[in-house]
Amino acid sequence: MSASTYSSVLGLAAAVVLLCAVVTLWRRSLVSIVRVLAVQGLALACVAMVIGIDQHDTGLMVVAVLVLAAKAIVVPTLITRVVRHDPASRETQPLVNVPASLVAAGALTFLAFAATRSVTSLVPTTAGRLIPLGLAAMLVGFFALVTRRKAVSQIVGILLVDNGVALVAFLATAGVPLIVELGASLDVLLAVVVLQVLATQLRARHGSLDLDQLTELHD
Amino acid sequence: MLALVLALPVVCGLVSGMVPWRRAIGWLGTAAASGVLASGIVIAVHVVHGRPLTGLGGILRADALSAFMVVVIGVIAVLATWQGVRYLEAEIAAGRCTPRHAALYSVLVQGFLATMLLAVLAANLGVLWVAVEATTVVTTFLVGHRRTRSSLEASWKYIVICSVGIAMAFLGTVLVYLAALHGGGHGPHPLDWTSLVAQSRHLDPGVMRLAFALVVLGYGTKVGLVPMHSWLPDAHSQAPAPVSALMSGVLLTVAFYAILRFKVIADGALGAAFPRTLLVIVSLLSLAVAASLLLTQRDYKRMLAYHSIEHMGLIALGAAAGSPLAIAAVLLHILGHGLAKGVLFLASGEILLVEGTSEIEHVPALLSRRPVLGGIFAFGLVALLGFPPFSLFVSELNMLRAEFQVGLGWAAVAALVCMAVIFGAVMSHGRHMLLGPKGTAAPAMTPALVAVPLIGGLVLCAFIGISVWPLGSLLHAAARIVAP
Repeated sequence: MSASTYSSVLGLAAAVVLLCAVVTLWRRSLVSIVRVLAVQGLALACVAMVIGIDQHDTGLMVVAVLVLAAKAIVVPTLITRVVRHDPASRETQPLVNVPASLVAAGALTFLAFAATRSVTSLVPTTAGRLIPLGLAAMLVGFFALVTRRKAVSQIVGILLVDNGVALVAFLATAGVPLIVELGASLDVLLAVVVLQVLATQLRARHGSLDLDQLTELHD
Repeated sequence: MLALVLALPVVCGLVSGMVPWRRAIGWLGTAAASGVLASGIVIAVHVVHGRPLTGLGGILRADALSAFMVVVIGVIAVLATWQGVRYLEAEIAAGRCTPRHAALYSVLVQGFLATMLLAVLAANLGVLWVAVEATTVVTTFLVGHRRTRSSLEASWKYIVICSVGIAMAFLGTVLVYLAALHGGGHGPHPLDWTSLVAQSRHLDPGVMRLAFALVVLGYGTKVGLVPMHSWLPDAHSQAPAPVSALMSGVLLTVAFYAILRFKVIADGALGAAFPRTLLVIVSLLSLAVAASLLLTQRDYKRMLAYHSIEHMGLIALGAAAGSPLAIAAVLLHILGHGLAKGVLFLASGEILLVEGTSEIEHVPALLSRRPVLGGIFAFGLVALLGFPPFSLFVSELNMLRAEFQVGLGWAAVAALVCMAVIFGAVMSHGRHMLLGPKGTAAPAMTPALVAVPLIGGLVLCAFIGISVWPLGSLLHAAARIVAP
């Protein structure tokens, strides 16, 4: 792969990861939010694959395939199961409205660039320069998590955070050692399964997946 | 040897998953926990003067610090699995739980023990992270085991907040790995704790600063340190009592163990000042929040949960001081708090079972109505508030001494103020629960099966408070690892 193709494909895929995170802020329908999440997983797998091919690192290529399977296929399928019971469900009233959320996403991206200066100066490569995009995706995930009120949106928020961290890991260190990567992916998958089961039980008890109804425990 | 320690709960969990729950399966769990405790002692004897043990092709490693944590996990696990038999029998008898569902509980408790053991025995900071994240996954269903609305709510909050926290810890771990790759770490295992410590001077300080802050915030979520503490009172009050005992008594400190490991690397890369400042801030915030929220508690299980936040704050302050004396006291406090809090949560589970409510207001005069159970609860509170002869007195005193020695006297004074407020609040809640006019009914007895482990735990807590033997050399060796 030539150097310019490498850097443009890598840059494109990393940008798509951040873009997907931002898109989840303005999409209202939960079905399409989950679709956006799958696209993000695909882009993340592309990042791993491109770096793997560039560095002739077979381990990383295997990881890329795993990421593709887990984050673009299995996880979205699991969340879709929760959404399917209530296909019309929409994020109707987020705590922060959509235009303000988009402004916040912009601010968070600036913050990500500022916070990672020490990191990007240590890794002055093409991949290194893209690290802030991963952190920005993670911060947007945080934001989605605290301002959205549907259980599904919170699961998506957690996964955005997780994908953002994974993007940083691929760009900064070409992934963590394989055993850690396997363990981490397994943990995330299990966490999504647990969240899915909990969401199902919550709906059985409360009749909806609105987190505003979780008010039994307080001081 | 190390793989064997992990295999005990794994095998026991597999066996208990295959058949519907019955009493023998419950005792099998206690046997596995005793096995963990025994092997923890064997490892401790082995590593206290000798070289660290390794296992599973270098993934596992035990030094004095790991050995100490295995012993702590083993002790509390014996108490909690013992009491678990009582909990499950009562739930099945009351028709709230089928033997199948009870089997799931046993499997998850053993899985919980296995993941905690993996966390403290991991040689590699990445594997440590995987293990700590796995504890969240297995404990979520345990928190929601009673399947009530409120316990489901608690498990939801628990997994959402802890997943986010642990993601931050992962980013911190990745940044440490990045610093290691650029700091000359081209060895076969650049994420291994020993190689990171060896090269800590060459790690990039800018990256390490960001990494350590993320680690403190991230693992701090699982420790229950403010600002990421809000899941803790809900989860600990809703979980079944044996699970609360394990979560509060050991899981919090297992997560703190992770911070201690990272602190050694950060100390080497950044000097002591930055890690110290960060830990002092989170610890004082935790103490202040715990003090203000304890004042108005109406639920005794939530009271114990907030008390955990206080103790984690004290431990963090001790770690901030960072001298060998302070770390030895921190470790002793980890054990003492685990014992006292474990006993109290188990006793509170028994109170909930016989009284049917967790409101402080509705369980008055326990000492005269239920002398044994009330007595255990009273002595537990006395231990937890740091009275002699219990070991928390010794460890708190030494932590405070160490803080004054390193110039953190002002923080120690602030901590003392918070502790005084908490003391007053807990005394007043405790007085209401324990004292009061005796009713007309004859005092109710507590089954010996319930009382024996709880009294045993308290006696042990007092014993290590009076005589540092047999822990002295182990504590010393473990403290030297964190504060060389």
